[in-house]
Amino acid sequence: MLYFTRWRALGIILTALIVCLFAVPNFFSEAQVKTWPAWAQRRLVLGLDLQGGSSLQLEVDSSYVKKEKLDQIRDDVRRVLREAKIVYTGLVTKGDAVEVRVKDADLQTTLAKLRELAQPIGGLMGSSGQRDIEVADAGGGLIRLGIPEPAMIERLRKTIEQSIQIVEKRVNELGTVEPIIQRQGNDRILVQVPGLQDPTHLKELLGKTAKMEFRMVDPSVPLDQAQQGGLPPDTEFLPAATPPPAGYVVKKQVLVAGGDLTDAQATFDQRTNEPVVSFKFNTSGARKFAQATQENVGLPFAIILDNKVISAPVIREPITGGQGQISGSFTVQSANDLAILLRAGALPAPLTVVEERTVGPGLGQDSIEKGELAAYVGSIMVVVFMLLTYRLFGVFANIAVCINVAMIFGLLSLLSATLTLPGIAGIVLTVGIAVDSNVLIYERIREELRGGRSPISAIDAGFKRALATILDSNITTFIAAAVLFMIGTGPVRGFAVTLGIGIITTVFTAFTMTRLIVAWWVQWKRPKTVPI
Amino acid sequence: MTTTQLVLISLGVLIAVLTVVSVLGLLPSLRIVPDDTHFDFTQFRRISFPISATLSIVAIVLFFTHGLNFGIDFKGGTLMEVRAKSGTADLAQMRTTLGSLGLGEVQLQQFGGPADVLLRVAEQPGGDKAQQEAVDKVRGALGESVEYRRVEVVGPRVSGELLGWGMAGLMLAIVAILIYLWFRFEWQFALGAMIANVHDIVLTIGFMSISQVDFDLTSIAALLTILGYSLNDTVVIYDRIREMLRRYKKMPMPQLLNESINSTLSRSIITHLTVTLALLALLLFGGHAIHSFTAVMMFGVVLVGTYTSIFIAAPILIYLGVGEHREDAKEEAPPAKKNKA
Repeated sequence: MLYFTRWRALGIILTALIVCLFAVPNFFSEAQVKTWPAWAQRRLVLGLDLQGGSSLQLEVDSSYVKKEKLDQIRDDVRRVLREAKIVYTGLVTKGDAVEVRVKDADLQTTLAKLRELAQPIGGLMGSSGQRDIEVADAGGGLIRLGIPEPAMIERLRKTIEQSIQIVEKRVNELGTVEPIIQRQGNDRILVQVPGLQDPTHLKELLGKTAKMEFRMVDPSVPLDQAQQGGLPPDTEFLPAATPPPAGYVVKKQVLVAGGDLTDAQATFDQRTNEPVVSFKFNTSGARKFAQATQENVGLPFAIILDNKVISAPVIREPITGGQGQISGSFTVQSANDLAILLRAGALPAPLTVVEERTVGPGLGQDSIEKGELAAYVGSIMVVVFMLLTYRLFGVFANIAVCINVAMIFGLLSLLSATLTLPGIAGIVLTVGIAVDSNVLIYERIREELRGGRSPISAIDAGFKRALATILDSNITTFIAAAVLFMIGTGPVRGFAVTLGIGIITTVFTAFTMTRLIVAWWVQWKRPKTVPI
Repeated sequence: MTTTQLVLISLGVLIAVLTVVSVLGLLPSLRIVPDDTHFDFTQFRRISFPISATLSIVAIVLFFTHGLNFGIDFKGGTLMEVRAKSGTADLAQMRTTLGSLGLGEVQLQQFGGPADVLLRVAEQPGGDKAQQEAVDKVRGALGESVEYRRVEVVGPRVSGELLGWGMAGLMLAIVAILIYLWFRFEWQFALGAMIANVHDIVLTIGFMSISQVDFDLTSIAALLTILGYSLNDTVVIYDRIREMLRRYKKMPMPQLLNESINSTLSRSIITHLTVTLALLALLLFGGHAIHSFTAVMMFGVVLVGTYTSIFIAAPILIYLGVGEHREDAKEEAPPAKKNKA
């Protein structure tokens, strides 16, 4: 137990030293560290509770995703049956399925036709063999088309992926520093923006689907008649974003959609000096828009965002340049927001904020200061206590604890782990616990000495017996930390990380550093008595 | 130079002096527990078991009658920490302002300095959107008169999930640790540790119920840590018991347990002192954000954990039949019973 080969001792010290060195970047400013080689740049990341910032959890409206898909199936069924000249009745969306009724004679052909609509999940590369639509014969000529569970999950996954891209674009437009945007579970997105104090604006930006459409207004229908529901079949009533008027009757046909926009900027109208949003179409959008405006000179068209009419200008002349501007009683801020939304594109489904946690910079700074103070005071008290209790061996223990803490910081930096306030608590607690391994060893040495062993034999036996116990007792705590890591989020997870890493370094130092120090002392002193 | 810095520097100097003195061997040897301690701990089981049983029942009754003060993590709703820019928060005025918003009861609580107010809005009916609207209303009403130090909004779906995850995690940890102990020791030890474990958690939950600290994700973290360290302690004693069982084949169980507890007593006390020192520092200086976290941990690790390993986890092995398979176990049974009188 007390004998180390030269190589082994060297290995232990080098390992400890290298791990400790990883903590070094934390003592330099970010700018300084940037000039270092990439492998040396890893450092601790302060959690949002310490540096301040906002964390939002957004949920994709899965019922909307489902409804969209069902609507699409319904339209496809109508198209297929019309093309095949099959007479049908009662084509409706009912609950989780689309239902349609055909004559018994047509049943088999219809089933075959409709089954062609189903695509393999995951496109051509999909290997599951499952299809995205389930066509079932419900008896009596009734056909039911449903979406199987795997298809729904796949669809949700795609929706989340697209949403994340859009969310990223929108958040980046805010010019924030290093936002974190990641998928969470099946239908959630986590957005963390360090330094953001008031997420109200961000929530506004993310809460809009930003589905942009250009459609013709139907001025032939009076508004009051429209509100009573007497509308021609190809039109609908949409409310105005800024009434009056309350809304417009617009054609259902979409002239150009937001997907055809290539750029949008907030500017000022040259004549009125009001904030406006100018936009550019891509080639196909420009062509469509030119054609539509040529055919409808003198008529109003509607610019629609998320089913609300922003403005409905009259077409004075054909717009062929593929450019235009939207005016609609904007403020500078709202014009800017609209430009951001149009540039970033539309979300495939609405997002809802289901969780928000924001910490202001003041509280974050306070927490850092308090955490640091607690850490210093706690460590110092433990160190003093160990000196009083074990004297020289207390010095050994304190050296081991210092190395231990340095290694914790090294490993945390190596993993670029997030340090949170509970995480600091975890480190302080580790200091309290780390000395336990020394206590176990020293108490055992004391016992062996009482049992009448010689100093060297007592120290040797003390280590041998105590190390097994140290391993056993730390593994139980490590299991608790591991579970905590799995279930926890944010600050709590930070606690689990420091606790877990603390346990690893504690066991390492107990098995190596403490032993090595004592072994050297024994070799050097050849003690007749043990001052413990 | 601030007082804090002065205190830290003087403590640093103290360490330096103590270190030098220790290296020179000038300090007297400190024994917190005298070397020849032979306290009859196992006999105390006749007192400790009924006490623990009673306390556990009280804790369970408290849990069902008094309940836990669920924080927003598990209950949903809004929590805001604001600091009045004027320097002193006018609670009465804030109460009227916020009371007129139609958000139901808005709890206001002063904490820390006179300017700091903790503000709680219960979960609003109407799903996740309604919570967001509530926050916007509160922000609108308080406006620029305060600094928003912390805002947390948890919607109904998330809160339900968090509670589920928390509970599942606690169960998972207990089961995982049990399996580990079962592998390393005999099943009686695993069972004994589990009883001690559940006892710790039940008592800590009772404490949370009485003190009405916020029960949230950090509380689950505290419970899991308590679990880990209480077991840590139990394992140290069990390790010793196992060693003694191998070495002294003929020693009566109560005596063997006593010897084991006594010989690890010094370690138990010293370790708990160091942990207490660390927790005390967190409690006094760590700020209110982790105050309830450390308070719960202090109760669980220091008070309950130590007591459990010595007075519950070890003596319960007698009832679980540890050591009975030894050849002379039957002869030892009578003297154990005599202690009753």
